[in-house]
Amino acid sequence: MTAAHLLRSDLRFVGELVPEGSRVLDLGCGGGDLLAYLRDERGCRVRGVELTAAGIAQSISRGLSVVQDDLDCGLAGFPSRSFDLVILSQTLQVVRNPALVLREMLRVGERAVLSFPNFGHWRVRGYLALRGRMPVSRTIPYSWFDTPNIHHTTLKDFREFVTANGGVVLKEIALASNTRTDGVHAVHVGANLRAELAVAIVTSATGTTDGGDTDA
Amino acid sequence: MKQTVATPGSLLLPGGHTLTSGQTLTTIEVAYETFGALDAEKANAILVCHALSGDSHVADGPDATGQPRDGWWSDLVGPGRAVDTDRYFVVCANVLGGCSGTTGPGSEDPATGRPYGLRFPLVTIEDMADVHAALLDSLGIDRLLAVVGGSMGGMQALAFARRYPGRCASVLAIATTWRLGAQAIAFNEVGRTAILGDPSFRGGDYYDEGQPRHGLAIARMIGHITYLSDDSMRAKFGRRLREREEHAFEFVTEFEVESYLAYQGRKFVERFDANTYLYMTKAMDYFDLSTGFPSLAGAVDGIDARFLVLSFSSDWLFPTYQSRELVDALKAVGAEVSFAEIESPYGHDAFLLEPVEQARFIEPFLSSVYAAEGVAS
Repeated sequence: MTAAHLLRSDLRFVGELVPEGSRVLDLGCGGGDLLAYLRDERGCRVRGVELTAAGIAQSISRGLSVVQDDLDCGLAGFPSRSFDLVILSQTLQVVRNPALVLREMLRVGERAVLSFPNFGHWRVRGYLALRGRMPVSRTIPYSWFDTPNIHHTTLKDFREFVTANGGVVLKEIALASNTRTDGVHAVHVGANLRAELAVAIVTSATGTTDGGDTDA
Repeated sequence: MKQTVATPGSLLLPGGHTLTSGQTLTTIEVAYETFGALDAEKANAILVCHALSGDSHVADGPDATGQPRDGWWSDLVGPGRAVDTDRYFVVCANVLGGCSGTTGPGSEDPATGRPYGLRFPLVTIEDMADVHAALLDSLGIDRLLAVVGGSMGGMQALAFARRYPGRCASVLAIATTWRLGAQAIAFNEVGRTAILGDPSFRGGDYYDEGQPRHGLAIARMIGHITYLSDDSMRAKFGRRLREREEHAFEFVTEFEVESYLAYQGRKFVERFDANTYLYMTKAMDYFDLSTGFPSLAGAVDGIDARFLVLSFSSDWLFPTYQSRELVDALKAVGAEVSFAEIESPYGHDAFLLEPVEQARFIEPFLSSVYAAEGVAS
């Protein structure tokens, strides 16, 4: 098995967005699945930040360099613009201060890549509307009282959040799960309703030459 | 499988050695031990640096006297351990200025035929690292797989990497710091004051009459307090009395914690030289990895090695924030650095008392460096 086969399907989507040879920082890198893939398959120069001892130890066993840090304390120690890409996969919703984390990502990296579960998905909306209960789904598998997800967002809310924190969404990929292949595929119409997951590439509104087209 | 035995050795470094202070030592004897076997490519050597009161006997086996003795880090260094002596060739030397075989203040001054005492030049952590390097030269080891150390040993590991960048593939700095804070220097000074103020100290020339036991014991008692934590002392001793139910209303040893400290003090003076204690603590106080550089980041820039930095949550002598400063400096220059703060109630002593939690990081770290070095060579 290559590193790519072991990758969670949404991470594979994120991974394919990363240009070869990029300098990549993965925040909440867990056991280093994505980093090992990016290093081995795409020739990236990779670093990780992880909170758990188990994740750090597993990353180290793969020869990765990973430091223990609490994202809610920012990314002190990482110089500004020291990475091409800073990745936060499915972690935005668990941090206490998402705005700080986003601003730090935009400081440290040329671009930020964020993936998050979309609370605006029709199944989530239907769950709450019809059952009158807090939604539990494949992408949001926790009961309200023991969930690590304390900051759910929708695609629409996310765009506003990025703008409010000095960012520009360069690209947004809405993903729905494919039950047949157990993977994910992109959806292009009615994203906020149909996407279970979203991946966004964000850059800083200041100092970018990419313009500021936010109505993606 | 390779036979793992402790092999004691002694090396005489001839010629004059100029130290950081500018003073010279004519000859230096180095007491060291090796564990495991050096492979044909000489690519599996690991230098372990000991802490303030340690010696070359890092793993189990017969020591220089031929008697079997427990190693001071045998939970982590030995056959099948995280620093696996079936796989790696481990070298550990008593530091310059020490009292366990390597030249120190208790050694004979060739100029007088008497022990140096305070005529022994002040040595620095960098001087210790230089002697380690000379030892490696004599063993024919050009490049280490890793230089490893906890506490003062971690300082040596950092100094070695700074002075010999390219001579180590990796650095493991555990429960250590790039420089002591005022608090740690303060405790060292109290320990030195206790020794220097002992009437038996005699200006350091006490080798005929017997060493300043009282002062050295106090220094060790203070040391032990700083190695523990509020939590670990509460758990270990609480307010329990020793062998009595009621207070004696006398100045005698009553509380368990008093008895523990007295025992540690007594035990220490049997095996450790008071002058060496002075020299070691001074060397630690002087150590500042950034000396001679505009910043700490400047100092670590250009060290082409992978770093593993470990700290312990309850260590207030070598606090986590100091490890983080080092890690941040390494991050700033884009170095390969991994860092974890290990949750432990044992204070600074955790680096000796938490083998499992450390092995969890050390074992895979060394394995991956070993694998990468194999590919590279």
